[in-house]
Amino acid sequence: MSDAFTRLEERATVRWADLNAKPWIRVGTGLMGEAAGALETLDAIRREVSKLGLDATITEVGTTGLCYAEPLVDVQTPGGPRILYANAAPQHAPAIVECHVKDGRPVEELALGSVDVDVPGVPRREELPMMRLQRRVALRNAGEIEPGDIDQYVARGGFAGLDKALAMEPGAVLEEVKQSGLRGRGGAAFPTGVKWGFLAGNSSPVKYILCNCEEGDPGAFNDKTVLESDPLTLIEGCVIAGYATGASNGVVFIRHGHDAPIDRTRKAIDACYADGLLGVDILGSGFSFDVEVSLVGESYVAGEETALMEAVEGKRSMPRFRPPFPAAYGVWGKPSNINNIKTIAYVPEIIRNGAEWFAAIGTERSKGTAIACLSGHVRYSGLVEVPFGLTMRQVVEELGGGDPDGKPIKFLQTGGPLGGLLASEQLDMALDFDEMAKAGAMFGSGGLIVCNDETSAVDLTRVLVAFDQMESCGKCFPCRLGMSHLLEILERACAGASRPGDLELMERVGGNMRSGSLCGHGQLGYNPVSSALSAFGAEFEAQMRGEGPLPIGPFVGPKHALRGAQLEGETPTAAVKGDFVYAAEPVPAAAGGGA
Amino acid sequence: MTTAADPLREQVRSAIRDQPFRTRTVLSSLLSVQDSVGYLPEAAIDEVALATDATINEVWGVASFYPNFRFKPPADHTVEVCWGPTCHVLGAQRLLQDALAQLGLENEGETPDGRVGLKLNTCLGVCAHGPAMAFDHALVGRITPETARARVAAMRGGAA
Repeated sequence: MSDAFTRLEERATVRWADLNAKPWIRVGTGLMGEAAGALETLDAIRREVSKLGLDATITEVGTTGLCYAEPLVDVQTPGGPRILYANAAPQHAPAIVECHVKDGRPVEELALGSVDVDVPGVPRREELPMMRLQRRVALRNAGEIEPGDIDQYVARGGFAGLDKALAMEPGAVLEEVKQSGLRGRGGAAFPTGVKWGFLAGNSSPVKYILCNCEEGDPGAFNDKTVLESDPLTLIEGCVIAGYATGASNGVVFIRHGHDAPIDRTRKAIDACYADGLLGVDILGSGFSFDVEVSLVGESYVAGEETALMEAVEGKRSMPRFRPPFPAAYGVWGKPSNINNIKTIAYVPEIIRNGAEWFAAIGTERSKGTAIACLSGHVRYSGLVEVPFGLTMRQVVEELGGGDPDGKPIKFLQTGGPLGGLLASEQLDMALDFDEMAKAGAMFGSGGLIVCNDETSAVDLTRVLVAFDQMESCGKCFPCRLGMSHLLEILERACAGASRPGDLELMERVGGNMRSGSLCGHGQLGYNPVSSALSAFGAEFEAQMRGEGPLPIGPFVGPKHALRGAQLEGETPTAAVKGDFVYAAEPVPAAAGGGA
Repeated sequence: MTTAADPLREQVRSAIRDQPFRTRTVLSSLLSVQDSVGYLPEAAIDEVALATDATINEVWGVASFYPNFRFKPPADHTVEVCWGPTCHVLGAQRLLQDALAQLGLENEGETPDGRVGLKLNTCLGVCAHGPAMAFDHALVGRITPETARARVAAMRGGAA
């Protein structure tokens, strides 16, 4: 153990003891918490604590994943019980603060679960239906610590993996990740260690590790949750990846507008620089590494690896040709490696506990855990981290609790808007990259949208295609025009006014998109339609004849259906006319600007 | 007209100068101007081009590509309706149709008096709390049609 890390651990131990020596109130205030009203609850708790003049720590944490119970308030008192309070509205704050924080008596009516200590009449947190089958690795700190607080992170085992890695040879760290069987969590499931090996093999002095949190998949929110709950696990993993591959720079790539993940990541990066965990000579090891945040505008395709590199360079997020592959020619022309946030978030624990520990979780070829996002017609909505090998039915019915009104589940929408529909008969499929791929399903980045028997498969397919059409970057015409064409045909189907040959036409358009597009957006763009047709062909055909079993209401989609169309009329410059104007030359808008 | 007399251009320049990014690009500069000014005024295009050594065409290319950039001052209030698949199955279209009717709009856009702008968001990122809307960027999850109507009416100012 390095001296620098020993000093960090000593400081953390003291801080952790201080924190636990007085009442500690944690309120989940990420994006999810905000949507549930947690900011109002937080204000009410602050007011109540100061009104009673109590000496208590109030911490804003990320989400535990128990989103259905938000706003979630977690109260711990020294020597007393630690209780999670569900759906805590501002009016509940006086009872929680006065009874529990001040007098140490839990408010049983509001209690969801207890942590560590048994409390009569309150189930243990681990016994909650949504928690029972979970195994927390990447989300081990979510809801437990203040995001970006180094002491709290170190007190729970943080940076021990980095300290251990820095004492090893880079090649040995790489081998450990290979042995763990970790595979990419962004959708393609490529072995992470093998991918890192490509970058390690390049001798360039400047190399990039890109951490992808673009996460435009509607229905998936696990990347944002990792960042807003525990950004340090990402940063630690990113530095380890940099050490193993000999990289010099890390970039965390997030969508503009998602303020909680952005702010918390920036704060965590600053804290790491202040404690010598980033920058020059990390923990006295001689290894130097920088990490910065890069933001992108609204663009789904920006999550594709080469489009992401274009966006980091500040351009339109349109995919590049491959080869050259990123490990040879990546961002700014330098060798680059791109991983999903979740993938990198596993790395610190893999190094700390060893490859064998990680490889013992999950199935033969899908190691570790999967982070699934449950939304839609589901009782316990939120985020679950479960070992691979569980069935989809267990995830949806046991952890998710099924439909809130007990209606039958008709299908799951998985794999994001380029994924497909999984009919309820297929739910006994195991959660496993290869098993699912064999059955034609995609786990993708983990979004599971649960739909009951009142959901029209045709209507949902139209929404997915409308999304894909709007998000086509426009570079490849089979995708740009094909998506519009598919949407038009689906509009006709929803109106019950299909023309003869529409099914065949969709198939032909889909085939052209698959063979004629540069990236997955066009290549997979027909997936939602083909998977809906194979699972619900009869419903589709009835709907196309105007005899659909479920009513489909009117649909208003986004107005700016083509990229660039938000510019009404001509642009103030010659851009649309095709004249090439250099900024260095006088331009009318700058006249008199004196620049 | 001198530079000092053009406060908007000055605001654009300081947004570009003080942007919170280590690596400064066309995109990072445009995002910083949009955050500071609320939209991209004409001055933003040539100032960003100058600051990043890009052409006007390149800057316009980026600005027109990402739908979150606007080229006119925003309305006084913004209503966003999430139309992602989760919110869709949980009733987003009804919320959207209601808001359009209340604001007298046919699609996303602004009321003629410039008080309220309506935007369709592809995913507000809070799927576990769908259907979701945002009012002046504050997220509201599991929103009911009644709450949505009241919030939109409050933004319009007075009677619904």
